[in-house]
Amino acid sequence: MAALSRRRVLQAWLGSAPGLYGGPPNSTVAIARDPQVRSSQARLATLLDRAVQAVYGSDSAEAAWKRVARPGEVVGLKVNCLAGRGASTSVALVEAVCERLQQAGIAAKDIVIWDRLNVDLESAGFRPSSRSGRIRTLGNDELGYGGDLAVYGSVGSLMAKTLTHLCDCVINLPVLKDHGIVGVSMALKNLFGAVHNPNKYHLNVGDPYVADVFMLPPIRQKVRLHICDALTAQYEGGPSYMPQWSWPANAVLASLDPVALDYTGWQILEQKRAEKGMPPLKAVKREPGYIATAAGAGHGIGTCDPKRITRLEV
Amino acid sequence: MDRRTFLALPSIALASEPEGQFVSEAKFYEKLPNKKIKCKLCPRECVVDDRERGYCGVRENRGGTYYTLVHSRVAAANVDPIEKKPFFHVLPGALAFSVATAGCNVNCKMCQNWDISQVRPEQVHATYLPPAQLPAMAQRYRCAAVAYTYSEPVVFWEYMFDASAAARAAGLKSIVITGGYIQQDPLRRLAERVDAIKVDLKAFSTKFYKEVVNGELKPVLDALAAMRGLGMWTEIVYLVIPTLNDGDAEFTGLARWIKTNLGQDVPVHFTRFHPEYLLKNLPPTPVPTLERAKAIADAEGLHFVYIGNVPGHPAENTWCPKCKRKVVERTGFTIGAVDVQKGKCRFCRQPIPGVWGT
Repeated sequence: MAALSRRRVLQAWLGSAPGLYGGPPNSTVAIARDPQVRSSQARLATLLDRAVQAVYGSDSAEAAWKRVARPGEVVGLKVNCLAGRGASTSVALVEAVCERLQQAGIAAKDIVIWDRLNVDLESAGFRPSSRSGRIRTLGNDELGYGGDLAVYGSVGSLMAKTLTHLCDCVINLPVLKDHGIVGVSMALKNLFGAVHNPNKYHLNVGDPYVADVFMLPPIRQKVRLHICDALTAQYEGGPSYMPQWSWPANAVLASLDPVALDYTGWQILEQKRAEKGMPPLKAVKREPGYIATAAGAGHGIGTCDPKRITRLEV
Repeated sequence: MDRRTFLALPSIALASEPEGQFVSEAKFYEKLPNKKIKCKLCPRECVVDDRERGYCGVRENRGGTYYTLVHSRVAAANVDPIEKKPFFHVLPGALAFSVATAGCNVNCKMCQNWDISQVRPEQVHATYLPPAQLPAMAQRYRCAAVAYTYSEPVVFWEYMFDASAAARAAGLKSIVITGGYIQQDPLRRLAERVDAIKVDLKAFSTKFYKEVVNGELKPVLDALAAMRGLGMWTEIVYLVIPTLNDGDAEFTGLARWIKTNLGQDVPVHFTRFHPEYLLKNLPPTPVPTLERAKAIADAEGLHFVYIGNVPGHPAENTWCPKCKRKVVERTGFTIGAVDVQKGKCRFCRQPIPGVWGT
């Protein structure tokens, strides 16, 4: 695993410490890029290591991965597979995460790759399997949803049992992409896959629904790390895969703060839209206001204040 | 039907079925570029990406073609007294074979059936009950009507449309219990085959519709006016919820709008709220509040104003607007004397509008 400059990592980590200086916490969003990342799985794993190490401010990538979860914990990997191959979390990235978790002491049987439906997972290249002793890959249709409503603000939902009954903690693995209704779909929006009724939460450009869903206790308590797949990103036409509006960003974004990550990813998409001569999302009435709501009073999930986001290119 | 008979009715066992037989192309939508579609069934007009579903959760875009996933996919089936719907001017004392699929095009915080209305079809137990089999099932249980109810029939429009044709061919009535959140074209088509429609008018306030229903008031009012224009027998239920839609001004506005736009003879049921779903923090509606609503509507000149969910209340009965005699006696779902003959008061021959069957 590649090492980062200790000073840069320390600077970023100090900036991320919640409440260290008495004010609202700063957040780090690590952006790891490698134009050659597609050349080998090893390069992808290295890219991933750089991002995760920067987020945790660890001396090494190994140490960083050990901070994600402890041996014995069941770790859920919440992928985003609705769009099939092209605009879903890549299998290669998830394989790299699984490898690193196992090197950090997490048993294969304690890793669960999950999304809404088995058919979605299959369409993205995953192979659903619940065989014991191995990494499991499960759609919510395997275990179903609990019977008790989880309620916060505007939302009331049944929670996927994969999250509530199976996983002790979750690594959120969204994709950097546009969304035709709620503006962008990244870390916050990806947790729509943990509730039974996401179709109810796209009104008003997803605001405040996206933020409210993230506040549901099983989500808020269990999601620990966000790793956004930006190997291929999409700036228009999402959430379906539209190759004409995709580009090889060859990057991975990581953060402990989903709001900061979403804000940063949104700016990347806006920049790309501008480069391509497309109007900003606000002009097409798709500005993702739910990001600010998630940062605001009543939610406090993270920060979208650019002055408080340390964007760390690694 | 007395209570003992009602309680003795068999419940109908449901079984899980394979998915494919429930899927058929939706009737009301437009194809858009990039495999997107725009649904034209309800006023929401969802624009749905490939592999995504609309707000209702029961219609899915598959490669640019929009499908209903709930044709003949019955998630609830029961034999109910028609008064339970409630219909008070339709076949008093009759039984209705009542069916529903999963799904709804709004998300009311007080929903009593959220466990089927707010879920996707694959998340709830269901059985295959095609239109051709529905009349025989209804007749087996001595039902005079098929009711499309519980969740939101608008979202299973194709099934309801096909089933109502089969029901009519078998001599059964078709009755619809809906929120009325539907576009004009599918409503007009439905009117060809449906005998009566009951609309849950959730409030007479745009704010309530936005905040509590997740919908809009105006399209519902437009649909109500259209129903009357199309000659559909229409009744209105207004669930009175403490602090949210129980103001005098709202009751007055509602009654005046009904009188002006639908006429004095449309029955209005002010029904009692019980804490459910996302509104468990509010108490049941005090009976005096319902009586206040009725008094206001009566004073505005509506002829048939009822109080519901209060078994034994005198306002469950139907009173002739001319001679003031009781013409249909009710206690809960139990019917007593019916003094409507050929659609008229037996005492003074005043027409009592409805679908009486005799």
